[in-house]
Amino acid sequence: MSYRIVHYINQFFAGIGGEEKADHKPEAREGVVGPGLALNAAMKGRAEIVGTVICGDSYFAENMDKASAEILEMIRKFSPDAVVAGPAFNAGRYGTASGAVLEIVAKEFGIPVVGGMYPENPGAELYRKSAYIFKTSDSARGMGPAVQGMATLILKQLDGEKIGSPDEEGYIERGIRKNVFLEKVGGERAAEMLAKKLRGEPFKTEYPMPVFDRVAPNPPILDMKNAVVALVTSGGIVPKGNPDHIEASSATHYGEYSLAGVMTADEAHYETAHGGYDPTYANKNPNRVLPVDVMRQLEKEGVFKKLHEKFYATVGNGTSVGNTKKFGEEIVGKLKKDGVDAVIVTST
Amino acid sequence: MVHVCTIVPISLTVGANRIIPAVAIPHPLGDPSRTPEEEVQIRRKLVLKALKALGTEIQEQTVFTD
Repeated sequence: MSYRIVHYINQFFAGIGGEEKADHKPEAREGVVGPGLALNAAMKGRAEIVGTVICGDSYFAENMDKASAEILEMIRKFSPDAVVAGPAFNAGRYGTASGAVLEIVAKEFGIPVVGGMYPENPGAELYRKSAYIFKTSDSARGMGPAVQGMATLILKQLDGEKIGSPDEEGYIERGIRKNVFLEKVGGERAAEMLAKKLRGEPFKTEYPMPVFDRVAPNPPILDMKNAVVALVTSGGIVPKGNPDHIEASSATHYGEYSLAGVMTADEAHYETAHGGYDPTYANKNPNRVLPVDVMRQLEKEGVFKKLHEKFYATVGNGTSVGNTKKFGEEIVGKLKKDGVDAVIVTST
Repeated sequence: MVHVCTIVPISLTVGANRIIPAVAIPHPLGDPSRTPEEEVQIRRKLVLKALKALGTEIQEQTVFTD
Protein backbone atom coordinates (compact mmCIF):
# COMPACT_ATOMS: atom_id res chain seq x y z
CA MET A 1 0.00 0.00 0.00
CA SER A 2 1.36 3.40 -0.87
CA TYR A 3 1.08 6.48 1.32
CA ARG A 4 -1.50 9.15 0.47
CA ILE A 5 -0.03 12.59 -0.25
CA VAL A 6 -1.81 15.92 -0.70
CA HIS A 7 0.10 18.51 -2.71
CA TYR A 8 -0.33 22.28 -2.23
CA ILE A 9 0.56 24.58 -5.15
CA ASN A 10 -0.23 28.14 -6.27
CA GLN A 11 -2.31 29.37 -9.21
CA PHE A 12 0.76 29.80 -11.39
CA PHE A 13 2.07 26.25 -11.11
CA ALA A 14 -1.49 24.95 -11.48
CA GLY A 15 -1.53 26.57 -14.92
CA ILE A 16 -4.46 28.84 -13.98
CA GLY A 17 -2.58 32.07 -14.59
CA GLY A 18 -0.03 34.57 -13.32
CA GLU A 19 -0.55 37.78 -11.34
CA GLU A 20 -3.94 38.43 -12.97
CA LYS A 21 -5.15 35.22 -11.31
CA ALA A 22 -3.35 35.66 -7.98
CA ASP A 23 -6.70 36.23 -6.26
CA HIS A 24 -7.81 32.68 -7.16
CA LYS A 25 -9.73 31.15 -4.25
CA PRO A 26 -8.73 27.76 -2.76
CA GLU A 27 -9.67 24.82 -4.91
CA ALA A 28 -9.21 21.05 -4.53
CA ARG A 29 -8.63 18.65 -7.42
CA GLU A 30 -8.27 14.89 -7.49
CA GLY A 31 -4.80 13.56 -8.33
CA VAL A 32 -1.78 15.45 -9.62
CA VAL A 33 -1.60 18.95 -11.12
CA GLY A 34 1.50 20.59 -12.66
CA PRO A 35 4.69 19.88 -10.68
CA GLY A 36 2.83 17.07 -8.86
CA LEU A 37 3.59 14.87 -11.84
CA ALA A 38 7.34 15.11 -11.27
CA LEU A 39 6.91 14.76 -7.51
CA ASN A 40 4.80 11.66 -7.95
CA ALA A 41 7.45 10.14 -10.22
CA ALA A 42 10.17 10.92 -7.66
CA MET A 43 8.25 8.98 -4.98
CA LYS A 44 8.46 5.86 -7.17
CA GLY A 45 5.12 4.36 -6.23
CA ARG A 46 5.90 4.31 -2.50
CA ALA A 47 3.59 7.29 -2.05
CA GLU A 48 1.01 8.82 -4.34
CA ILE A 49 -0.51 12.28 -4.70
CA VAL A 50 -4.22 11.67 -4.16
CA GLY A 51 -5.23 15.29 -4.31
CA THR A 52 -3.95 18.78 -5.09
CA VAL A 53 -5.05 21.96 -3.33
CA ILE A 54 -4.52 25.20 -5.25
CA CYS A 55 -4.72 28.78 -3.99
CA GLY A 56 -3.83 32.16 -5.49
CA ASP A 57 -0.85 33.81 -3.78
CA SER A 58 -2.54 37.18 -3.22
CA TYR A 59 -5.76 35.58 -2.03
CA PHE A 60 -3.80 33.67 0.60
CA ALA A 61 -1.68 36.66 1.66
CA GLU A 62 -4.70 38.92 2.07
CA ASN A 63 -7.01 36.37 3.74
CA MET A 64 -4.53 34.28 5.70
CA ASP A 65 -6.83 32.97 8.43
CA LYS A 66 -9.79 32.32 6.15
CA ALA A 67 -7.67 30.75 3.40
CA SER A 68 -5.80 28.54 5.90
CA ALA A 69 -9.08 27.22 7.31
CA GLU A 70 -10.50 26.54 3.84
CA ILE A 71 -7.34 24.80 2.66
CA LEU A 72 -7.09 22.74 5.84
CA GLU A 73 -10.63 21.47 5.31
CA MET A 74 -9.89 20.56 1.67
CA ILE A 75 -6.75 18.69 2.73
CA ARG A 76 -8.62 16.86 5.51
CA LYS A 77 -11.14 15.45 3.02
CA PHE A 78 -8.37 13.59 1.19
CA SER A 79 -7.31 11.84 4.49
CA PRO A 80 -3.62 12.22 3.68
CA ASP A 81 -0.66 10.55 5.39
CA ALA A 82 1.51 13.56 4.55
CA VAL A 83 1.39 16.98 2.84
CA VAL A 84 3.91 18.49 0.44
CA ALA A 85 3.84 22.17 -0.61
CA GLY A 86 5.68 23.79 -3.50
CA PRO A 87 8.49 24.01 -4.42
CA ALA A 88 8.08 27.80 -4.23
CA PHE A 89 11.68 28.65 -5.26
CA ASN A 90 12.14 32.41 -4.67
CA ALA A 91 8.47 33.45 -4.98
CA GLY A 92 7.86 35.29 -1.69
CA ARG A 93 4.08 35.08 -1.39
CA TYR A 94 4.03 31.47 -2.62
CA GLY A 95 6.74 30.60 -0.08
CA THR A 96 4.86 32.34 2.72
CA ALA A 97 1.58 30.62 1.77
CA SER A 98 3.08 27.15 1.42
CA GLY A 99 4.95 27.54 4.72
CA ALA A 100 1.79 28.65 6.49
CA VAL A 101 -0.14 25.67 5.08
CA LEU A 102 2.55 23.23 6.22
CA GLU A 103 2.67 24.77 9.67
CA ILE A 104 -1.07 24.49 10.24
CA VAL A 105 -1.25 20.95 8.78
CA ALA A 106 1.56 19.76 11.05
CA LYS A 107 -0.14 21.41 14.04
CA GLU A 108 -3.71 20.27 13.35
CA PHE A 109 -3.16 16.81 11.87
CA GLY A 110 0.25 15.86 13.28
CA ILE A 111 1.36 14.33 9.97
CA PRO A 112 4.70 14.75 8.15
CA VAL A 113 5.09 17.83 5.93
CA VAL A 114 7.72 19.04 3.47
CA GLY A 115 8.18 22.27 1.51
CA GLY A 116 10.77 23.53 -0.94
CA MET A 117 12.19 27.07 -1.14
CA TYR A 118 15.21 29.12 -2.09
CA PRO A 119 16.93 30.04 1.23
CA GLU A 120 16.28 33.78 0.69
CA ASN A 121 12.53 33.28 0.23
CA PRO A 122 10.89 35.17 3.14
CA GLY A 123 8.70 32.10 3.69
CA ALA A 124 11.80 30.12 4.59
CA GLU A 125 12.72 32.39 7.49
CA LEU A 126 9.09 32.46 8.66
CA TYR A 127 8.38 28.72 8.56
CA ARG A 128 11.69 26.82 8.61
CA LYS A 129 11.10 26.03 12.28
CA SER A 130 7.71 24.45 11.57
CA ALA A 131 8.56 22.23 8.59
CA TYR A 132 11.34 20.57 6.67
CA ILE A 133 11.91 22.99 3.79
CA PHE A 134 14.18 21.56 1.13
CA LYS A 135 16.72 24.05 -0.20
CA THR A 136 15.98 24.76 -3.88
CA SER A 137 17.40 27.02 -6.58
CA ASP A 138 15.81 30.46 -7.06
CA SER A 139 13.71 29.51 -10.09
CA ALA A 140 11.76 26.63 -11.62
CA ARG A 141 14.85 25.66 -13.58
CA GLY A 142 15.78 23.71 -10.45
CA MET A 143 12.52 21.71 -10.40
CA GLY A 144 14.23 18.31 -10.88
CA PRO A 145 16.54 18.33 -7.86
CA ALA A 146 13.85 20.11 -5.79
CA VAL A 147 11.16 17.43 -6.18
CA GLN A 148 13.78 14.68 -5.75
CA GLY A 149 14.93 16.12 -2.44
CA MET A 150 11.38 16.80 -1.24
CA ALA A 151 10.31 13.24 -2.14
CA THR A 152 13.22 11.80 -0.16
CA LEU A 153 12.39 13.91 2.90
CA ILE A 154 8.71 13.01 2.92
CA LEU A 155 9.34 9.26 2.38
CA LYS A 156 11.94 9.17 5.14
CA GLN A 157 9.48 10.76 7.56
CA LEU A 158 6.65 8.42 6.52
CA ASP A 159 8.89 5.38 6.95
CA GLY A 160 9.95 6.65 10.36
CA GLU A 161 13.59 6.87 9.31
CA LYS A 162 15.97 9.22 11.06
CA ILE A 163 16.33 12.61 9.33
CA GLY A 164 19.96 13.73 9.27
CA SER A 165 21.37 17.22 9.70
CA PRO A 166 20.40 20.09 7.35
CA ASP A 167 23.73 19.64 5.53
CA GLU A 168 23.23 15.91 5.00
CA GLU A 169 19.61 16.13 3.87
CA GLY A 170 19.62 19.49 2.08
CA TYR A 171 16.85 21.20 4.04
CA ILE A 172 16.94 24.70 5.50
CA GLU A 173 18.21 24.72 9.04
CA ARG A 174 15.29 24.58 11.47
CA GLY A 175 16.95 26.02 14.51
CA ILE A 176 16.49 22.76 16.41
CA ARG A 177 19.30 21.87 18.76
CA LYS A 178 20.04 18.23 19.50
CA ASN A 179 22.24 16.97 22.28
CA VAL A 180 25.09 14.86 20.93
CA PHE A 181 28.23 13.44 22.50
CA LEU A 182 31.53 14.42 20.90
CA GLU A 183 35.07 13.30 21.65
CA LYS A 184 36.35 16.81 22.27
CA VAL A 185 34.96 19.27 24.78
CA GLY A 186 33.55 22.64 23.73
CA GLY A 187 36.61 24.66 24.70
CA GLU A 188 38.87 22.50 22.59
CA ARG A 189 36.53 22.69 19.59
CA ALA A 190 36.25 26.48 19.92
CA ALA A 191 40.04 26.85 20.09
CA GLU A 192 40.40 24.70 16.96
CA MET A 193 37.83 26.81 15.17
CA LEU A 194 39.66 29.99 16.15
CA ALA A 195 42.99 28.55 14.97
CA LYS A 196 41.41 27.66 11.62
CA LYS A 197 39.94 31.13 11.32
CA LEU A 198 43.32 32.72 12.05
CA ARG A 199 44.95 30.54 9.39
CA GLY A 200 42.23 31.52 6.92
CA GLU A 201 40.99 27.93 6.67
CA PRO A 202 37.31 27.00 6.29
CA PHE A 203 35.52 26.13 9.52
CA LYS A 204 31.96 25.37 10.46
CA THR A 205 30.24 27.21 13.26
CA GLU A 206 28.17 25.20 15.71
CA TYR A 207 25.84 28.13 16.29
CA PRO A 208 25.04 30.13 13.14
CA MET A 209 23.82 33.68 13.58
CA PRO A 210 20.52 34.81 12.01
CA VAL A 211 20.82 36.33 8.56
CA PHE A 212 18.55 39.36 8.94
CA ASP A 213 19.89 42.46 10.64
CA ARG A 214 18.14 43.91 13.62
CA VAL A 215 18.49 47.57 14.42
CA ALA A 216 17.33 49.38 17.52
CA PRO A 217 14.30 51.60 16.86
CA ASN A 218 15.18 55.22 16.17
CA PRO A 219 13.93 57.87 18.58
CA PRO A 220 10.63 59.48 17.56
CA ILE A 221 10.34 62.72 15.59
CA LEU A 222 9.18 65.15 18.27
CA ASP A 223 8.71 68.17 16.06
CA MET A 224 6.88 66.88 12.98
CA LYS A 225 5.83 70.39 11.99
CA ASN A 226 9.45 71.16 11.19
CA ALA A 227 10.39 67.81 9.67
CA VAL A 228 11.38 67.04 6.09
CA VAL A 229 9.77 63.73 5.10
CA ALA A 230 10.85 61.55 2.16
CA LEU A 231 9.08 58.79 0.24
CA VAL A 232 10.83 55.53 -0.67
CA THR A 233 9.12 52.53 -2.25
CA SER A 234 9.85 48.93 -3.18
CA GLY A 235 6.61 48.95 -5.20
CA GLY A 236 8.35 50.00 -8.41
CA ILE A 237 6.75 53.43 -9.02
CA VAL A 238 8.90 55.19 -11.64
CA PRO A 239 8.44 58.00 -14.17
CA LYS A 240 6.49 56.77 -17.22
CA GLY A 241 8.71 54.72 -19.50
CA ASN A 242 10.95 53.51 -16.63
CA PRO A 243 13.95 55.65 -17.68
CA ASP A 244 16.46 53.72 -15.55
CA HIS A 245 15.18 50.33 -16.72
CA ILE A 246 14.64 48.99 -13.23
CA GLU A 247 14.07 45.26 -13.63
CA ALA A 248 10.57 43.83 -13.09
CA SER A 249 12.14 41.25 -10.79
CA SER A 250 15.54 40.64 -9.16
CA ALA A 251 16.33 44.35 -9.35
CA THR A 252 19.99 45.28 -9.57
CA HIS A 253 19.48 49.01 -8.98
CA TYR A 254 17.11 51.71 -7.74
CA GLY A 255 16.05 55.07 -9.16
CA GLU A 256 16.21 58.60 -7.75
CA TYR A 257 13.52 60.93 -9.12
CA SER A 258 12.58 64.55 -8.64
CA LEU A 259 9.30 65.51 -7.01
CA ALA A 260 9.88 69.24 -7.48
CA GLY A 261 6.55 70.76 -8.50
CA VAL A 262 4.87 67.35 -8.59
CA MET A 263 1.48 67.54 -6.84
CA THR A 264 0.30 64.01 -7.58
CA ALA A 265 1.70 60.73 -8.95
CA ASP A 266 -0.76 60.56 -11.84
CA GLU A 267 -1.07 57.92 -14.53
CA ALA A 268 0.10 60.30 -17.24
CA HIS A 269 3.55 60.66 -15.68
CA TYR A 270 4.15 57.58 -13.50
CA GLU A 271 3.78 53.80 -13.67
CA THR A 272 5.02 50.72 -11.87
CA ALA A 273 8.00 48.68 -13.03
CA HIS A 274 7.16 45.87 -10.57
CA GLY A 275 6.51 42.46 -12.13
CA GLY A 276 5.35 40.70 -8.98
CA TYR A 277 1.80 42.01 -8.61
CA ASP A 278 -1.07 42.93 -10.92
CA PRO A 279 -0.03 46.44 -12.08
CA THR A 280 -3.54 47.54 -13.15
CA TYR A 281 -4.34 49.53 -9.99
CA ALA A 282 -0.90 51.08 -9.52
CA ASN A 283 -0.72 52.14 -13.17
CA LYS A 284 -4.21 53.65 -13.04
CA ASN A 285 -3.31 55.72 -9.98
CA PRO A 286 0.34 55.46 -8.84
CA ASN A 287 -0.59 57.40 -5.64
CA ARG A 288 -1.97 54.05 -4.45
CA VAL A 289 1.66 52.97 -3.98
CA LEU A 290 3.53 56.29 -3.74
CA PRO A 291 1.15 58.67 -1.90
CA VAL A 292 2.39 61.96 -3.37
CA ASP A 293 -1.12 63.49 -3.54
CA VAL A 294 -1.89 63.27 0.18
CA MET A 295 1.70 64.10 1.15
CA ARG A 296 1.23 67.40 -0.71
CA GLN A 297 -2.10 68.00 1.07
CA LEU A 298 -0.54 67.38 4.47
CA GLU A 299 2.49 69.51 3.61
CA LYS A 300 0.17 72.37 2.67
CA GLU A 301 -1.75 71.94 5.93
CA GLY A 302 1.52 72.15 7.86
CA VAL A 303 1.39 68.65 9.36
CA PHE A 304 5.08 68.46 8.43
CA LYS A 305 7.37 71.07 6.93
CA LYS A 306 8.30 69.67 3.57
CA LEU A 307 8.03 66.65 1.31
CA HIS A 308 11.60 65.87 0.25
CA GLU A 309 12.09 66.89 -3.37
CA LYS A 310 13.30 63.45 -4.44
CA PHE A 311 11.89 59.99 -4.07
CA TYR A 312 13.64 56.64 -4.37
CA ALA A 313 12.19 53.51 -5.94
CA THR A 314 13.14 49.94 -6.61
CA VAL A 315 11.36 46.66 -7.26
CA GLY A 316 11.15 44.28 -4.31
CA ASN A 317 10.40 41.14 -6.30
CA GLY A 318 12.86 38.28 -5.90
CA THR A 319 15.46 40.98 -5.29
CA SER A 320 18.36 39.62 -3.27
CA VAL A 321 18.88 40.66 0.32
CA GLY A 322 22.45 41.56 -0.62
CA ASN A 323 21.28 44.02 -3.28
CA THR A 324 18.55 45.58 -1.15
CA LYS A 325 20.96 46.10 1.70
CA LYS A 326 23.29 47.96 -0.62
CA PHE A 327 20.39 50.08 -2.02
CA GLY A 328 19.24 50.88 1.51
CA GLU A 329 22.66 52.00 2.65
CA GLU A 330 23.14 54.24 -0.39
CA ILE A 331 19.66 55.77 -0.14
CA VAL A 332 20.06 56.46 3.58
CA GLY A 333 23.39 58.17 2.86
CA LYS A 334 21.74 60.47 0.30
CA LEU A 335 18.72 61.23 2.48
CA LYS A 336 20.93 62.14 5.42
CA LYS A 337 23.10 64.38 3.28
CA ASP A 338 19.95 66.16 2.05
CA GLY A 339 18.77 66.80 5.61
CA VAL A 340 15.75 64.48 5.56
CA ASP A 341 14.35 63.82 9.04
CA ALA A 342 11.96 60.92 8.41
CA VAL A 343 11.10 58.39 5.71
CA ILE A 344 7.90 56.62 4.76
CA VAL A 345 8.69 53.36 2.93
CA THR A 346 5.84 51.73 1.04
CA SER A 347 5.80 48.11 -0.12
CA THR A 348 3.40 46.14 -2.23
CA MET B 1 11.55 55.16 9.09
CA VAL B 2 8.06 53.72 8.98
CA HIS B 3 7.08 50.81 6.74
CA VAL B 4 3.62 50.88 5.16
CA CYS B 5 3.06 47.38 3.78
CA THR B 6 0.45 44.69 3.31
CA ILE B 7 2.28 41.53 4.37
CA VAL B 8 3.19 42.41 7.93
CA PRO B 9 4.97 39.08 8.68
CA ILE B 10 7.55 39.83 5.97
CA SER B 11 8.11 43.32 7.36
CA LEU B 12 8.65 41.83 10.82
CA THR B 13 11.07 39.25 9.42
CA VAL B 14 13.23 41.77 7.60
CA GLY B 15 13.37 43.94 10.72
CA ALA B 16 11.28 47.08 10.20
CA ASN B 17 10.64 48.73 13.58
CA ARG B 18 7.56 50.87 12.85
CA ILE B 19 5.00 49.03 10.70
CA ILE B 20 1.63 50.20 9.33
CA PRO B 21 -0.56 47.46 7.80
CA ALA B 22 -1.77 48.56 4.37
CA VAL B 23 -4.84 47.82 2.23
CA ALA B 24 -3.77 45.17 -0.32
CA ILE B 25 -0.71 44.03 -2.24
CA PRO B 26 -1.45 45.72 -5.60
CA HIS B 27 -2.78 48.91 -3.97
CA PRO B 28 -1.34 49.33 -0.45
CA LEU B 29 -2.54 52.94 -0.12
CA GLY B 30 -5.77 52.83 -2.07
CA ASP B 31 -8.90 50.87 -2.75
CA PRO B 32 -10.13 50.82 -6.35
CA SER B 33 -13.55 49.58 -5.24
CA ARG B 34 -14.23 52.94 -3.57
CA THR B 35 -14.92 56.35 -5.08
CA PRO B 36 -11.85 58.53 -5.78
CA GLU B 37 -12.81 60.78 -2.83
CA GLU B 38 -13.10 57.84 -0.44
CA GLU B 39 -9.79 56.49 -1.69
CA VAL B 40 -8.01 59.74 -0.92
CA GLN B 41 -9.45 59.58 2.60
CA ILE B 42 -8.17 56.01 3.05
CA ARG B 43 -4.72 57.08 1.84
CA ARG B 44 -4.73 60.19 4.00
CA LYS B 45 -5.64 58.14 7.06
CA LEU B 46 -2.78 55.68 6.40
CA VAL B 47 -0.21 58.43 5.84
CA LEU B 48 -1.35 60.26 8.99
CA LYS B 49 -1.03 56.99 10.88
CA ALA B 50 2.50 56.58 9.46
CA LEU B 51 3.45 60.10 10.56
CA LYS B 52 2.01 59.44 14.01
CA ALA B 53 4.08 56.25 14.24
CA LEU B 54 7.20 58.24 13.36
CA GLY B 55 6.42 60.49 16.32
CA THR B 56 5.87 57.61 18.74
CA GLU B 57 8.53 56.34 21.14
CA ILE B 58 8.99 52.56 20.82
CA GLN B 59 11.29 50.02 22.45
CA GLU B 60 10.85 47.16 19.97
CA GLN B 61 9.28 46.26 16.61
CA THR B 62 5.77 47.69 16.70
CA VAL B 63 2.81 47.12 14.40
CA PHE B 64 0.54 50.16 14.63
CA THR B 65 -2.85 48.56 14.19
CA ASP B 66 -4.81 51.60 15.29
